[in-house]
Amino acid sequence: MNQNFVRTAMLPPELPPVSQRGVVKWMRENLFSSVLNGVLTVLAVLVIYLIVSSVAPWLWHSVWNAGSEAECRAIVEAKFGPGATGACWAVIHERWNQFMFGLYPNDLYWRPTLAAVLLLVALAPVLFLSLPRQLLWVTILFPAIAFYLLWGGTVWAPVAAMLGFVVMGFAYRLLLPLVGVTVAGSLGFVAACLWWLFLSGYVSDALASVLPLALRPVDSDTFGGFLLAIVIGVTAISFSLPLGILLALGRQSNMPIVKTLCVGFIEFIRGVPLITLLFSATLLLGYFLPPETNFSTILKVIILVTFFAAAYLAEVIRGGLAALPRGQYEAADALGLDYWRAQRLIIMPQALKISIPGIVSTFIGLFKDTTLVTFVGLFDPLRGVTTFVRADPDWKAIYWEPYIFVGAIFFVICFGMSRYSMYLERKLKTDNH
Amino acid sequence: MATTTEVPNESFRLSMLIYDTRYRAMTIQVVVLILFAMALAWLYGNVSANLAVKGKQFDYTFLGSRAGYDITQALIPYTNDSNHFQALLVGLVNTLVLAFFGCILATIVGVTVGVLRLSRNWVVARLMSIYVEIFRNIPLLLWILFIFVPLTELTQPPSAFKLTPEMEAAGQLPAASMVLDHSVAFTNRGTYIPYPVLDRSVPAIPGLPVNTTFLAILLVLAGSFFVNARIVMSARAVQEATGLRPTTWWKSLAVLFGPIIALMVALGFHLDYPLPPTGFNFKGGMVVPHPFLALLIALTLYTGAFIAENVRAGILAINRGQTEAAYALGLRPNRTMNLVILPQALRVIIPPLISQYLNLTKNTSLGIAVSYMDLRGTLGGVTLNQTGRELECMLLMMAIYLTISLTISTLMNIYNRSVRLKER
Repeated sequence: MNQNFVRTAMLPPELPPVSQRGVVKWMRENLFSSVLNGVLTVLAVLVIYLIVSSVAPWLWHSVWNAGSEAECRAIVEAKFGPGATGACWAVIHERWNQFMFGLYPNDLYWRPTLAAVLLLVALAPVLFLSLPRQLLWVTILFPAIAFYLLWGGTVWAPVAAMLGFVVMGFAYRLLLPLVGVTVAGSLGFVAACLWWLFLSGYVSDALASVLPLALRPVDSDTFGGFLLAIVIGVTAISFSLPLGILLALGRQSNMPIVKTLCVGFIEFIRGVPLITLLFSATLLLGYFLPPETNFSTILKVIILVTFFAAAYLAEVIRGGLAALPRGQYEAADALGLDYWRAQRLIIMPQALKISIPGIVSTFIGLFKDTTLVTFVGLFDPLRGVTTFVRADPDWKAIYWEPYIFVGAIFFVICFGMSRYSMYLERKLKTDNH
Repeated sequence: MATTTEVPNESFRLSMLIYDTRYRAMTIQVVVLILFAMALAWLYGNVSANLAVKGKQFDYTFLGSRAGYDITQALIPYTNDSNHFQALLVGLVNTLVLAFFGCILATIVGVTVGVLRLSRNWVVARLMSIYVEIFRNIPLLLWILFIFVPLTELTQPPSAFKLTPEMEAAGQLPAASMVLDHSVAFTNRGTYIPYPVLDRSVPAIPGLPVNTTFLAILLVLAGSFFVNARIVMSARAVQEATGLRPTTWWKSLAVLFGPIIALMVALGFHLDYPLPPTGFNFKGGMVVPHPFLALLIALTLYTGAFIAENVRAGILAINRGQTEAAYALGLRPNRTMNLVILPQALRVIIPPLISQYLNLTKNTSLGIAVSYMDLRGTLGGVTLNQTGRELECMLLMMAIYLTISLTISTLMNIYNRSVRLKER
């Protein structure tokens, strides 16, 4: 009699014990793995609860359409009972144009809007390398178009200014085989300066008298809100990067005089607060320039912010240069490349790649710093416009909403920049681990 | 560039200044120097021409004349009869005090958040990420205004804290109440907080021009630290000789805190609490002006977010193998952190930390948004407007800021050098 028992079918696997699966396991591992962790979790949940419980009803009771703060309050109390508080976003709705354009003439809002759309088109090929390269023409022409749209006046002034760059490129090409990169570059720059100083005015006047293509001129004092922040931010960002690279190269250079000048400039700019520099621009530039010169404040501010960002960028890029192994420089020398070719083909692509996070955070800092122009009398979105709006008796009692709105837009732009830098880093990563 | 090939015996031609790499650098530098000198001469000429046009002279004698304005937060003796130089000093002290407390608090916030952001606790890590991202991506000016505006506009006047006998009899409560067990009051004039007071003082030594109480406290503290250092050293010696470390924590605690507590008790240390007003204002305690408080909170939270990122990056920069090696040696997690990870991470953290301190110091100049009387508020603000000496005031102010920045960075670089990896 064979009593052997052989199991022929597998038992179905048991589920792990309750404490070892699902939400419970996740919570045990992630939230309550130790006493300290448990305490932290409870504290964090408490903080979240406090924030949400105080902010959520206020947000829930939002009012989007009203003529004044008192009306907002009346609507909230009518809807949610007496004593209820609610966010009054109506102020943003009512004063949207001031937040966006400042005091720019009402009937011309299409111009900054068009410029903003073109800005996106111009930025796209720079940011995303997979887009067709022909779009770069928009990028190259964008400064002139944007200037023409925003400031108005005759179209020939920006065209003549752009021709200066053509002059520079032409002189550089012509001189390059004769005298080398450095001298040809400087002479090209001198030629462009001569063009801008002495010729471009006549050329644009002559062209304007033949074919007057003019938009209504707009005074730069009317610029404000995010229009101002973006004009300053974009201009300063695009000029500060090349300047920063030159300063970094100057600081690494083995020519002692060039090096000393670069170090002095960088350390001076980095050693003083931006506000003092902005004040210097408005108060002191009058002393340092010939008595008859007259700049608009916005231009002074753009120049100063550019210098400021360039000094910080120079330090970031210097870090990238220092991080490159010595062998890269030696390899470039061994290939027989001259200084500029070595920089352009071997050193800079690698150094800039290493410094992307630093460069982008400098840009973010620069964009945030555009709010400081309020202290030299410009109409920035954060303090300038908000103070202006709150000066109206209808909106006097409002404080959180404008700040939250402006802060949210800054957050979106700056957070977008930092995410883009992470994307770029991943995309350019060439190592294999 | 090394060109050590055999130099042919040719005579010098002028074109070699541009084509020959041996001379080109020299040529460029000479040209740059000439241009720079010309630019300086041009600027100098413009400045003297402009000064002449405006009928002004470049001199600093105005610093000695009467300032004539009041400063609400003056930590050194100052009245409106003092001169502009004393106003400058008051502003400088205000800047430095704000920067000092800001750096300490921002470091505490930053290190805590940076470590917590790496924690395995999901809720805590997410909360800290949100904090860091929000504060890093929104301008500091917004945070200052965001804290300052409600602080001034939503708080009650001190009289709202008054509790009259009639109200008490009727069982009414004052319109506003103090927080933290009746020790802190937010009013529209400032925040009232308890103030540490000493009842007795160490008798002054004749002929010694310093505060003897302060000196006594300093001496006791220095002595405690010295004795504690000796205890730790002897413990280390015992450990190296025998392999066993004697327990020292209770000795250290006693030496560090015992003497100073005894001194404080002997001097009658106690806190002077602000008392709700019977008239118009609080009695006792000290008042922290709103601009200072708003700036301190905003600078702490803003810079703290940046420091948190530096701390996180520093800890992440340490190879995972270091932790594993420490575990393999049998070190417990907190000793691994203290003995293996942190000393290495500090080297990565300190250089960016220095630049955050510098940024914080420079950002104190944003006090202009809330009329904080810092260096920019006194020298670059009221003094400048009263005397009309833009050039002198701005140059002096920039020189002072530059000196502060360079001093901090030099000190921190010395420290950085001492903890740097000693490579041989």
